[in-house]
Amino acid sequence: MNDIVVKTEDVVKEYRMGSNILRALDGINIEIERGEYISLMGPSGSGKSTLFNMIGALDRPTEGQVYIDGQNMSQLSQRQIAAFRCHRVGYIFQSYNLLHVRSAHGNVTLPMIFAGISERERNERAEKLLDMVGLGDRMYHLPDELSGGQRQRVAIARALANDPSIVLADEPTANLDTITGREIIDLIKRLNTEQGVTVISATHDLKMLDVSDRIVDIRDGLVERIRNRDEIEIEVGEVGGEGE
Amino acid sequence: MQQRTPIEEQIDLPFVESLRISFQSLKIRFGRSIITTAGITLGIAFLVSVWTNNEIGVALQESGRQSTINTFEETTEQGISTKDIWLIVMSLIVCVVGIANSMLMAVTERFREIGTMKCLGALDGFVVRLFLLESGFQGFSGALIGALIGTLGAVLLGLKDYGLDLFFYFPLLPAQPENGPMQLGVIVVILLGCILGMILAVIGSSFPAWRAAKLPPAEAMRTEV
Ligand SMILES: Nc1ncnc2c1ncn2[C@@H]1O[C@H](COP(=O)(O)OP(=O)(O)O)[C@@H](O)[C@H]1O
Ligand SMILES: [Mg+2]
Repeated sequence: MNDIVVKTEDVVKEYRMGSNILRALDGINIEIERGEYISLMGPSGSGKSTLFNMIGALDRPTEGQVYIDGQNMSQLSQRQIAAFRCHRVGYIFQSYNLLHVRSAHGNVTLPMIFAGISERERNERAEKLLDMVGLGDRMYHLPDELSGGQRQRVAIARALANDPSIVLADEPTANLDTITGREIIDLIKRLNTEQGVTVISATHDLKMLDVSDRIVDIRDGLVERIRNRDEIEIEVGEVGGEGE
Repeated sequence: MQQRTPIEEQIDLPFVESLRISFQSLKIRFGRSIITTAGITLGIAFLVSVWTNNEIGVALQESGRQSTINTFEETTEQGISTKDIWLIVMSLIVCVVGIANSMLMAVTERFREIGTMKCLGALDGFVVRLFLLESGFQGFSGALIGALIGTLGAVLLGLKDYGLDLFFYFPLLPAQPENGPMQLGVIVVILLGCILGMILAVIGSSFPAWRAAKLPPAEAMRTEV
């Protein structure tokens, strides 16, 4: 039996802007298996971030259901949703979204504070995670004192703080140069292969293609097609080393 | 890594933890915190100076002294001129609007931070508590400094108007003259100024913080300031 972590059922999201209604998602049905690396691909404005928000319980769908680990997200209480965000998902954003008043270390410990982990344990774990992303020597720097790539590493370490089963990444390389972007992708891929974390990443970065198990092409709020790894490899050959 | 157990309920943070987070935030954003606090200080300084000035005026009138400067406006039977009432009301309004505005600005530029904290598992209540603590501290310290500055200003003005007589009749404590209005005294005015500043700061900050905390994180994080 397949182990489905994420399942969306006819997910629709509408944004109301004055008298206009914008249908950002127009009935999305996808199933994602545990341990997969999924890329949501599509041009800007196609609805990737909106879908990211629905899967990560950062916003509610207008219609349809999202199931995570078989649990219908619309049936959770406020406290359960907070616990879900805290324990089950790690979020990585295009603009890093670090708290600029907290050091790298302080950013990584915050989700653990929310989880009620003891101070000693969270310091230990934060150090381990920051070491892992290669920031062992920058632990107490404020985000403003770090480069874009380093900030994204902090965000990755923070996303892993409470050992989530899913990592959601919304265009994690869009603000980075090609080489740094490549490093970030490799780091995320490593989590996926070494720790079995399910990765769902919105992107239009072609470098993401060859690390993905499947690619979900999104266009105008609809799933246009889903490509498997074997179908991708041929195309990667065609695109070659094309970057941003 | 296998997490098939039902989703648990998020726990509340211990108070000390919230306190630490709020103080750290104030410390690192020191420059910005000072500006916000200065807004409170100015509002309260204005209010307290006008008010104390009025207390001094009334006290010295009670004592039978006259200002060396001719007061040419109508005085009511109670000894408070309509101009004074007008001034106090105006300074109160300036104070309320000024503080509410600086708190609102301070919270609005932190919507993204609020959304991010919710992504990491913060409960709405925690977000509100954080802003309550920060603004309560800012409100109290800003208002206290403001009240002292305001009093000093009023005393200097009083010295100019009444000379050293001011200190003989200085309305430090509450008093109830036979045929006059209740006088609050400068100490009570300072206290009221501090309390008012703190309450305004707390309301001005927790209300927008509460609204932001109730937004879905996706929306809170969209705001660019
Ligand atoms: N909060 C919002 N309010 C109004 N419109 C929105 C909002 N969020 C997204 N949209 C619109 O929904 C569509 C999809 O946006 P988005 O999911 O951000 O696309 P992508 O991430 O693929 O670039 C766009 O047309 C965008 O303008
Ligand atoms: Mg997007």
